Amino acid sequence: MTPSRERQGRLASRAVQATFLIVLIVLWYLATTRWRVSPLLLPNPLTVLDDFWDILRTGEFIGDLRVTLTELAAAFAIAATSGVIVGYLISRSQYRIRVFEPLFAGIYSIPIILFLPLYVLFFGLGPASKIALGATISFFPIALSTIAGFGYVDRVFVVAARSMGASDYQLFRYVLMPAALPIILSGMRMGFTIALLSIIGSETIASLAGLGHRIVHLAEGMEIARMFAYIVFVVLIALILNTLVSALEARGRRS
Amino acid sequence: MAATAMTLRRALRRPWVARLAVIALLFCLWEIAARWLVDPMFLSPPSRVFMSLPSVFETRGVPAALRLTFWELAVAFALSVVIGLVVGLAVGLQPFARKSFMPIILLLYGTPQVTILPLFILYFGIGPASKIAFGVSHGFFPIIVVIVAGVQNIKPILLTSARSMGASRWQVLRHVIFPHMIPSFFAGMRLGMTGVLLGVLLAELYVSTTGIGHFTTLFTQNFDPTRLLGLISVLAAMAIVLNEIVRRAEVHFGRWHAD
Repeated sequence: MTPSRERQGRLASRAVQATFLIVLIVLWYLATTRWRVSPLLLPNPLTVLDDFWDILRTGEFIGDLRVTLTELAAAFAIAATSGVIVGYLISRSQYRIRVFEPLFAGIYSIPIILFLPLYVLFFGLGPASKIALGATISFFPIALSTIAGFGYVDRVFVVAARSMGASDYQLFRYVLMPAALPIILSGMRMGFTIALLSIIGSETIASLAGLGHRIVHLAEGMEIARMFAYIVFVVLIALILNTLVSALEARGRRS
Repeated sequence: MAATAMTLRRALRRPWVARLAVIALLFCLWEIAARWLVDPMFLSPPSRVFMSLPSVFETRGVPAALRLTFWELAVAFALSVVIGLVVGLAVGLQPFARKSFMPIILLLYGTPQVTILPLFILYFGIGPASKIAFGVSHGFFPIIVVIVAGVQNIKPILLTSARSMGASRWQVLRHVIFPHMIPSFFAGMRLGMTGVLLGVLLAELYVSTTGIGHFTTLFTQNFDPTRLLGLISVLAAMAIVLNEIVRRAEVHFGRWHAD
């Protein structure tokens, strides 16, 4: 395929995507104006847009956003630190890998959100229960990827570095670290995504503040347009955070 | 004494024995913590949880709630597989459709759908329908993504040679594409099951009148950790069994063209 035809193809698929989006919004608009879908089920997109600007303008989102982001930062910091340390310690012997890796993988396959009622019982309705749950859930992918990163470095490299007289530190800095880093980073990205998901989820289910709590609060107050505006806001925040983390991951891989 | 120590050490050299020992140790720590360190309002020891499992099942409504949750999981999983397969094939088989719609699908897959959980309750009510719908919304995206990847990975030479030997569209689908999709289909089923479990349980915990979510809330509010832990253990066991079934299927069918 010639470059110009390739570009045409890309343009065409962009056009399809844009059309898809526009058709969706037009249908949404028609549904609320022409076909009289109750505004309690589907508010007018223009009202939602108004509410969205209002939220941004008045800055009323700041309090909830701060709560959610603080919980996310604390949970991720705990999970990343403990996951990397535990994963590294396990990865130092084949025996420990064979003991612990299936155990972690098994626990990881259980939907840990099940334990949310227990976390609420222990840590209360406040941020502590969200931090603890988010940290638990994102610990496993980070620990598993650290084990995979450090544990399966090609023996040849390790033996070669040793025979050329590398110290422990040099072995770690120049052989193990570069080999493991990309895998650990992708584990951290996964951990971050599911920490965000579980924190918003647990705010939705039982909480006192935060973006998930705000959405539920508006839903219960039947302020549907404003709820839609907040959903758009949260989805945008999630997209920004995920893009940011992916960019950081790509950057970390290159260096 | 020395002989037993020797056998113990030899047994621990097997990873699975050591793994069981780790699990047993964790249970012992939990038992000790719950008996002597933590307020019994918040945590009860595993022995008591285990002994009181019958009383969980005797709680009025719990067996029906477990059956209902299992039913929700099964329906949501079946719908996810059907939708995921149809959309995955429709998008994956057409290179142009793939280029146009895959970014949209990946974008939707990447957003935390839990933000729209209240909308599902609004549209589908607080009954089982909203749980099934939310489970499907978590289950079918990974299936689509894996199916599309599976279709994409078929070697073009197989398709070209089948066509050049005069195979019809249906024959290509039936004899080339379907057999090659089997491993990715089962890998997708496993990811889909993880998603369905997450979605259905999230929705159950959010609001429920007769499902298990109702009873987890009830036991939490009554500060009854024994029965709460019992119920959660039963659900975790259900999740493990369901995961294990699809994982076995994946391992079994994933070997298909490994020879």
